[in-house]
Amino acid sequence: MSGVRVLVGTRKGAFVLTSDGRRSRWDVSGPHFAGWEIYHVKGSPADPDRLYASQSSGWFGQQIQRSSDGGRTWEPVGNKFVYEGVPGTHQWYDGTPRPWEFKRVWHLEPSPKDPDAVYAGVEDASLFRTADGGKTWQELPGLRGHGSGSRWQPGAGGMCLHTILLHPTDPGRIFIAISAAGAFRTDDGGGTWKPINRGLVSAQIPDPKAEVGHCVHRVAMHRSRPDVLFMQKHWDVMRSDDAGESWREVSGNLPTDFGFVIDVHAHEPETLYVVPIKSDSEHFPPDGKLRVYRSRTGGNEWEALTNGLPQRDCYVNVLRDAMAVDALDACGIYFGTTGGQVYASADAGDTWAPIVRDLPAVLSVEVQTLS
Amino acid sequence: MLALEPPVTQRAVFDALEGRYPVLCGAIRDHATRRRRPFVRFFACGEDHSHDSPDAPLPDAVASGAEPLLVVGAMAGG
Repeated sequence: MSGVRVLVGTRKGAFVLTSDGRRSRWDVSGPHFAGWEIYHVKGSPADPDRLYASQSSGWFGQQIQRSSDGGRTWEPVGNKFVYEGVPGTHQWYDGTPRPWEFKRVWHLEPSPKDPDAVYAGVEDASLFRTADGGKTWQELPGLRGHGSGSRWQPGAGGMCLHTILLHPTDPGRIFIAISAAGAFRTDDGGGTWKPINRGLVSAQIPDPKAEVGHCVHRVAMHRSRPDVLFMQKHWDVMRSDDAGESWREVSGNLPTDFGFVIDVHAHEPETLYVVPIKSDSEHFPPDGKLRVYRSRTGGNEWEALTNGLPQRDCYVNVLRDAMAVDALDACGIYFGTTGGQVYASADAGDTWAPIVRDLPAVLSVEVQTLS
Repeated sequence: MLALEPPVTQRAVFDALEGRYPVLCGAIRDHATRRRRPFVRFFACGEDHSHDSPDAPLPDAVASGAEPLLVVGAMAGG
């Protein structure tokens, strides 16, 4: 019987939520690493029992945890993330030079083919990789050193590399995104990189159409169309049909086009999901109504999904890595809030129900489809 | 309890501690700088030694094992 395993990272621990294919009754395990910030938990497509978690705290720094039994037990692996060579400087919020300094791992992206290979997106923004199950990590310095790095600035949450998209068939191609530098692409496995921000317009930066400096919140891709990318930016929902060479706005009739998450239906590459947030200074849903918006046309035309979601007095946020989809039929959609709820839809968003209501603030949600 | 040859310094203590418990690498001292993490404090014999040089000798009572070196997370809230 098929099932799902939802991996939830929160400000005070990790939780593992499991259910069968009906996705109506859930078992909740956790908190794992209680008291620690768990920025991300993700499973390996090559071995679904192999999970990796980014565990950090302001006191004791970064740990990487690995499970080989689907999250029942964990062991710490390597936590040494050291920039290669002389790290140099990026810009600080006030435009002054600031030395590159490792803070935490924001996102872990396991290889689809090797359970011991994982990419890590970190703050201050760079990309690392392990080939030995997390014991050791090496920077891919070509990104930080490709030329524009000295002009990167942090977003409000820090200068984080939060999105890593691995091409499903071309191991040389990787897309990443950084707040607040923008999106980048490599075609040689990380040796060289280029900014892919043409078409992005950010009114808040000195040159609204700059090559770098855009606050990209999240990028999503469907594996059947790896040249088609969808982006939730700091204002604007964007789409690229040419692997990021150019972007166009597809915000359409959204009530607001500010937000953090964006994701794609597992079986319908033109069906997208976002959670509109009121504004960059008011990180909660418009009108106190928590609404997921779905487009079945690849953007521009959006419909509100509200059945089962609070429609009054709701002022939570949904952070950039806190939405995921499963591969069951019908596609399941999941998202977590800063209020500690994890909502699930077993019918592609038509109806919703909370799996849990009272977790610590949710930082990330991933889901594994288990056979 | 760690057995160390003199001089017993913060650096010597944490080199030995991390050698015995590798999971502590990076948790007390930053990986890159090898300096005390900002929200971690060192106390011994009723005194705050957080800002001492890592190569300064620790109090004799710590070196002899009579007193511990305390590694404490700062009370910084959150």
